[in-house]
Amino acid sequence: MSGTVDVSPGQRERLPFEPLKQTNSVINEPPYVRWLLIATAVGFLALFLLLPLLSVFVEALRKGFGPYFESFADPETLAAIQLTVLAAAIAVPLNLVFGLCAAWAITKFEFRGKQFLITLIDLPFSVSPVVAGLIFVLIFGAQGWAQPFVGDHVGKVLFATPGIVLATVFVTFPFIARELIPLMQEQGTEDEQAALSLGATGWQTFTRVTLPNIKWALLYGVLLCNARAMGEFGAVSVVSGHIRGLTNTMPLHIEILYNEYQFVSAFAVASLLALLALVTLALKSFLEWRYADQLAATRRH
Amino acid sequence: MTATALPRPRRARRTLPGLTPTLGFTIFYLGLIVLIPLAGVFFRASGLGLDGIWKVISDERVLAALKLSFGAAAIAAVLNAVFGSIVAWVFVRYEFPGKRLLDAVIDLPFALPTAVAGIALTALYSESGWIGSVLAQAGIKVAYTPLGVIVAMTFIGLPFVVRTVEPVLKEVERDLEEAAATLGAHRLTTVLRVIAPAVFPSLVTGFALAFARAVGEYGSVIFIAGNFPMVSEIAPLLIIIKLEEFDYQGATAVAATMLVLSFLLLLAINLLQARARRKS
Amino acid sequence: MLRSFSLAGLLLALTTAASAAPELLNASFDVARPFYKAYNAAFAAEWKRRTGIEPKLNVSHGGSTKQARSVIDGLEADVVTMNSPLDIDAIAARGLIAKDWPSRFPHAASPSWSAILFVVRKGNPKGIRDWGDLVKPGVSLVIPNPKTSGNGRYSYLAAWQYARTRPGGSDDSARAFVKALFAQVPVLDTGGRGASSTFAQRGAGDVLLTFESEITLLREEFPAAGFEVVVPSLTVRADNPVAVVDAVAARHGSEALARAYLDYHYSPQGQALFAEHGVRPADAAVLKAHAARFPTLTVFTIEQGFGSWAQAQSQHFADGAVFDQIIARR
Repeated sequence: MSGTVDVSPGQRERLPFEPLKQTNSVINEPPYVRWLLIATAVGFLALFLLLPLLSVFVEALRKGFGPYFESFADPETLAAIQLTVLAAAIAVPLNLVFGLCAAWAITKFEFRGKQFLITLIDLPFSVSPVVAGLIFVLIFGAQGWAQPFVGDHVGKVLFATPGIVLATVFVTFPFIARELIPLMQEQGTEDEQAALSLGATGWQTFTRVTLPNIKWALLYGVLLCNARAMGEFGAVSVVSGHIRGLTNTMPLHIEILYNEYQFVSAFAVASLLALLALVTLALKSFLEWRYADQLAATRRH
Repeated sequence: MTATALPRPRRARRTLPGLTPTLGFTIFYLGLIVLIPLAGVFFRASGLGLDGIWKVISDERVLAALKLSFGAAAIAAVLNAVFGSIVAWVFVRYEFPGKRLLDAVIDLPFALPTAVAGIALTALYSESGWIGSVLAQAGIKVAYTPLGVIVAMTFIGLPFVVRTVEPVLKEVERDLEEAAATLGAHRLTTVLRVIAPAVFPSLVTGFALAFARAVGEYGSVIFIAGNFPMVSEIAPLLIIIKLEEFDYQGATAVAATMLVLSFLLLLAINLLQARARRKS
Repeated sequence: MLRSFSLAGLLLALTTAASAAPELLNASFDVARPFYKAYNAAFAAEWKRRTGIEPKLNVSHGGSTKQARSVIDGLEADVVTMNSPLDIDAIAARGLIAKDWPSRFPHAASPSWSAILFVVRKGNPKGIRDWGDLVKPGVSLVIPNPKTSGNGRYSYLAAWQYARTRPGGSDDSARAFVKALFAQVPVLDTGGRGASSTFAQRGAGDVLLTFESEITLLREEFPAAGFEVVVPSLTVRADNPVAVVDAVAARHGSEALARAYLDYHYSPQGQALFAEHGVRPADAAVLKAHAARFPTLTVFTIEQGFGSWAQAQSQHFADGAVFDQIIARR
């Protein structure tokens, strides 16, 4: 089941079929173990997550809010934001359709070479962003093997927006599929088969049975894919050409600002991406909280 | 884990529709976006011949870089597996103030541009930074050493383990734990015998993803690594350096080697995971 | 999906559509950013005065060698402004720039130059006076990677030449000196600007070796740090050559604008602008007029020290050449 709901003890007790969950001391750890584990987890996260995050905002606001907001008035910064949004707006829907197709084919059917296919889907994860950029240079560069055709019939790819979009699509390729596959594997196919035996069409089964079952994982996958698309640096850096106001995405623009000693502006743009992440993640938490009852009601067990 | 406890529904092959279009599109899109472009790397590298590729990667500087990339990524993934499991456990089982906030920021490493992460981590862990200055007193140098590489790789791989283990941990049937406890099993035994096997496949997935992501990482690592040949130079940087020297074939040879190694590792881990899933 | 494809179409139309204002892209090296910000504004005004149309001047910065590679790979730069002739030669070797590019503009097509100097921390606590002091025990240096950055290459070659021209110096002693020098370098950044940040912000190293112009900027950006400049007894002259990328300019029909853009570097305004940014103007008279900014240097050129850039490259920085050897056996 889509068990991404955070069920608090109170809620648990209200579920008639799951009595005495948290109150049973035999399945709880002694307090000192609990506190030790919590301290370890919080310490680890503080060291590796919170402090870096905090330092981004501290640097961004070092000179106060005035300079912070002025950073966003720069036309080159605005152009970078536009380009980043555009690249994500193309990459995310493409990978969404792919993710749904791949997850459906992989989890609802048995066929030879499935593990191999999953590994291939994972591949862009392990491909260094640098290599991801390199492959598009090899294809669309002036000496690339597709360039004679593409250059004449399609237009500029490398060092222009299409190249940046391609690199973004490549880097974020597995995110949604990867989020859906384990969950749908866990869910099996009974629900779908029941729907079909009741006379639903394949499409109805997908939209009314499968989709509601996976919506949280799907949403999470989309958010993740989007965040990664907007934050990608290495691959885009190789194919961008770094033309200010034209082919600079936000992360590249941050690097430029940083290299120009405009630390406040650099971290201000960076904080925008961090904020974007925090807002989308907060949104996800809110949705889960808002629909917790509904989710609990559809629990199968 | 009732869903997986059921026998694999082989009959599904006939009843559910849509295999051909979805699998067809999956393979088409995979081919177009991933396989054909990657084939280009091997095509280009093959221009060197096997001897030529061997000559490039047997160079001691290239070997050192590959060793650092894969070694540091493995250590970072192990760190993430250990601490990520603890974090997931704490998130699922305990209540404490600030939990929701922490839960929300877990995904930050995905969203923060890697270059920014690199700059922020370097600022923190260099000898003048908040954390680095404390460690410096203990004689530990993080920034500009291989340790810095591990720190950056741990950061970027952090969400993978937490996010793959967390949902599965939530699904674990508490009835089973209770049963084990009432049968007189020690708490630790219950955790190891009942919970660990259920969580293991997702832990392996998380480990593999964290590892794979760390091996190729560039943006955040180059800021904190020091980038000294033979010591703190990662393989992706070496690819960039070779590119900038107009040594395309050398660059593609290193790239192809990395690709093959990561692919084999991922395949092995996916197979292992499939086996674990079948067992549980 | 449909939406995505129509977006992609729109985007293609946007990027390929010819715009009315004349456009020009300058691919330049990393540390030239502040200069070209000012220069582009000045030239745009000048061009508007001459033709009545304000041109759109785009600029792309990066490591010099990386920029050359991008141009070779298809970055449609109309002009390149680099920090070593090697990078323009690389583009010329691919047929995008005429082989005789150095003869197309005055001063071997280098309207300005800079030199490698040392920056030390406030009060010069390690007592750095010259190259010899850099290899003293306990001195930590920041030098960018000679294989990827112009600064790094110039620093390396200057150190080599210094050691070789010492009394009793030879190629062997130079090699030993350079090896000892790089043994003191804990961080090899890929570009000159990265090295500056490492030194100034991260607080790594006692001495930073970089271009004079970069040092000027560094001291302006970090006035509180009190960085001091040390002028060594011998250093290298780093020419900043410029060229029209003929193949691209011909395709864009931007030859006249490109030519005028580079010519303006040699105008009194252009030369003065160089001086204001801590870059030495090629015109000796203008340099003299700004003498207060520029200490007297003893410099050698790459041609004097190493025959030619191509020779220096193949002997020192090619794969498996001297630099690789001294690093590998560290």
